[in-house]
Amino acid sequence: MTVGYTLWKIIFLKLFILFAVFKVFFFPDFLAVNFATDAQRADHVLEQLTREVLGSTNLGKGEAP
Amino acid sequence: MIENLDLGMVNWARAQFALTAMYHWLFVPLTLGLSWIIAFYHTIYVKTGSEDWKRLTRFWMKLFGINFAIGVATGIILEFEFGTNWSNYSWMVGDIFGAPLALEGIFAFFLEATFFAVMFFGWNRVSKGFHLFSTWMVALGSSLSAVWILVANAWMQYPIGQAFNPDTARFEMQNFFEVAFSPYAVNKFTHATSSSMIVGALFVVSISSWYLLRGRHVLMARRSIMVAATLGLLASIFTIFNGDESAYEIAQVQPMKLAAFEGLYEGETNAGVVAIGLINTAKKVYDNQDPFIGFNLHIPGILSLMANRSFNSYVPGMKDLVYGNTEHNILGTAQKMELGKQAVASLDAYKQARKADDTAAAEVHLAAFNENKEFLGYGYLKKPEEAVPPVALSFNAFHIMVGLGTLFPLLFIGFLYYSFKKTLAEKKWLLGLGTITYILGLIASQSGWVVAEVGRQPWAIQGLLPVTVARTNLSVGTVQTTFAMFLVLFTLLLVAEIAIMVKQVNIGPEED
Repeated sequence: MTVGYTLWKIIFLKLFILFAVFKVFFFPDFLAVNFATDAQRADHVLEQLTREVLGSTNLGKGEAP
Repeated sequence: MIENLDLGMVNWARAQFALTAMYHWLFVPLTLGLSWIIAFYHTIYVKTGSEDWKRLTRFWMKLFGINFAIGVATGIILEFEFGTNWSNYSWMVGDIFGAPLALEGIFAFFLEATFFAVMFFGWNRVSKGFHLFSTWMVALGSSLSAVWILVANAWMQYPIGQAFNPDTARFEMQNFFEVAFSPYAVNKFTHATSSSMIVGALFVVSISSWYLLRGRHVLMARRSIMVAATLGLLASIFTIFNGDESAYEIAQVQPMKLAAFEGLYEGETNAGVVAIGLINTAKKVYDNQDPFIGFNLHIPGILSLMANRSFNSYVPGMKDLVYGNTEHNILGTAQKMELGKQAVASLDAYKQARKADDTAAAEVHLAAFNENKEFLGYGYLKKPEEAVPPVALSFNAFHIMVGLGTLFPLLFIGFLYYSFKKTLAEKKWLLGLGTITYILGLIASQSGWVVAEVGRQPWAIQGLLPVTVARTNLSVGTVQTTFAMFLVLFTLLLVAEIAIMVKQVNIGPEED
């Protein structure tokens, strides 16, 4: 069934683009990439939640903490 | 500082999420709905042993397979976006979403993937009974795999069964059953699946109508319509009831959303729904402009009935919810913001005390935080009016959904009536309307998600986390780039789906 071959090609091409291109180059897991432990990740998020009160965190746009 | 964050990035990240979800949802309702219709076709074939029913089943199964293949994994991109664009949110809900999404993976893998292969390649290779069983399992697996993502979405709208842990900055699950079986989740699941059944039925009606207009595959088209229109009608009736139940739940937990649906700025007793009306897009919650432009027709009492199960009950308007209403004991957003800011300050003080190893102070601040934690999200709003969602978009999407949802059962009744009279092929006007109904079904289904997601703004998690705090601090350019890439990829996939589908419909069932 020729439509079957076409669909398989589309599936594999799509999975390649999603996982080998988009995920690797454009969609890093921000917290996993920038922090080594869960404790650090929790601290970072807490900092985000409270920094309006602290007023001391001045992350630049796109800048890792 | 929160006020220094780039709001442009938040809006681009939201637009990207909406784009991805809406493209994904072009494929999902057809998979959900058509799988059940095919199960009925397959059952009739096994019961009758008729080769005509076998050809009919195989034809719709082939179109189902095309949609499944093109749509598969398009939803995975949403998970990419969580980690990159919405890292705060992603971290905070990890404990709640972990279990439901793991269950989704298990159900999707074991039921859909396993039985999907048997359903497609099992003709003359496995027994008729096991083959039929596999088809039903694909339908069941598709719906069950949708359960968990809908449970997760429902929790964001009605976050129960959880407790916020100020040490880990995570919402932690306290009661799995409260999360999984919350009334909001049950209604969301039944509404999404029954409305998807309507979309599946409309797909069959559209293609079958096209065949009848051209005098091709007439027997197959008539039989397909009989089954699909029956299931579509039953699903329509069920959708009306669970839609009403959804409205009741929204009134209890998201009254601002309900008020936006109907453009209700001033609260009313015996509140009505808008039957005819053009919403005034320039109106703000703080001004005195008329909410509607020109003539509008309200049906009195219906909104009160939907919201409180009583015609004469009071339904709060957006002004009540923003500025408060002491007569009806409604706390205004400004008061909630004050309590929310106290929660944020207590959380900060607790964090500092913990760092300083001052246990006594930490306990005091934690107790203060716990007093106001249900208002945490309000602490991040800058002004009370921010609690109002985009009214015009919510109103229009809601009325498109309801209007089309009212049309579909009438359409199914028309198809069934003329099918039983055996005069359907002569009703060119109905068949002409039938050919475009699938597009209308998709519009209604997409509008439903716009209603659900736009209507709950500004919240990522209702009352606890606004989207401005849920996001990652990325540059707007990064999100714009990936937005454009997704737009191209999804458009190519959609073009491929339409091209392959049209070709197969043109070929018809004979070529199997």
